[in-house]
Amino acid sequence: MSDHDHEHDHPHDPIGDGDEPASATRVQALEELLVEKGVIRREDVREGIDWLVSRSPADGARLVARAWIDPKFKERLLADARAAALELGLDPGPSPVVVAFENTHTVHHMVVCTLCSCYPRALLGPPPDWYKSLPYRSRAVSDPRGVLTEFGVELGKDVELRVLDSTADIRYLVIPRRPAGTEEMSEEELAALVTRDAMIGVAVPAARAAA
Amino acid sequence: MSFRVGQRVRVADRLHEGHHRTPIYLKGKTGFVELAHAAFTNPETRAYGAEGLPEQQLYLVGFAQNEVWIDYSGDRGDRVYADVFEHWLEEA
Repeated sequence: MSDHDHEHDHPHDPIGDGDEPASATRVQALEELLVEKGVIRREDVREGIDWLVSRSPADGARLVARAWIDPKFKERLLADARAAALELGLDPGPSPVVVAFENTHTVHHMVVCTLCSCYPRALLGPPPDWYKSLPYRSRAVSDPRGVLTEFGVELGKDVELRVLDSTADIRYLVIPRRPAGTEEMSEEELAALVTRDAMIGVAVPAARAAA
Repeated sequence: MSFRVGQRVRVADRLHEGHHRTPIYLKGKTGFVELAHAAFTNPETRAYGAEGLPEQQLYLVGFAQNEVWIDYSGDRGDRVYADVFEHWLEEA
């Protein structure tokens, strides 16, 4: 592969092997400066990234599955999601406060961050790319039923749709409805039905996990 | 001033130079306080290296979708909620 293997008519230096966006270059420059000035250590950045990517929706799914089988736990989860996560031995992460909302047969919640990409990363891992995209961020508030239809979710007319725009310090987690036909399932089997998208509120768990 | 759960409130319809967390689509809109969260440092000064003090009370405010969007096509009961800091709220 050559250093400059595309053709166009303005000269520039090689952009690098990954065609990195300008924002990545800016972040690297900031990191260099912060390290140089002793504000942070390089290990802090690496540890932060390691922690973030080590989180996964499986943690959130454990919270939901426990809430499905234990109504008292669900009350505690709705009252204080951080304490509920600690109760299950999960790491609720640093500062942002998590608030859980429950979907019922009359109310459906879905989560967006119109300003950027706020997301309960400690309990769900990194957000999916579409969550950070401009179309989702704008249409989730202006045409949420249209967005849900595209995700394959059709709400009945008698269901109130509540969109949660996480504009500040709070992170929102949706407790989806427990599907019918799961009465005999174990907590672990139930947790396997709870997808990331269901905890964002753009999917509905099905009794059998998709193959 | 502080607001109580259930109270009608309006989001201040004002411009703000620089970083702030009040979405423009809700400015000037009237809603109700759903939850009073805790107080948090102010992102408008914290974004520029300050401590963000004094902390500002944060509320979860609900709005009827058909009052936010003129041509909202969903259900009448649909709502949109956002977290709004106290200094962006007015009595309505």
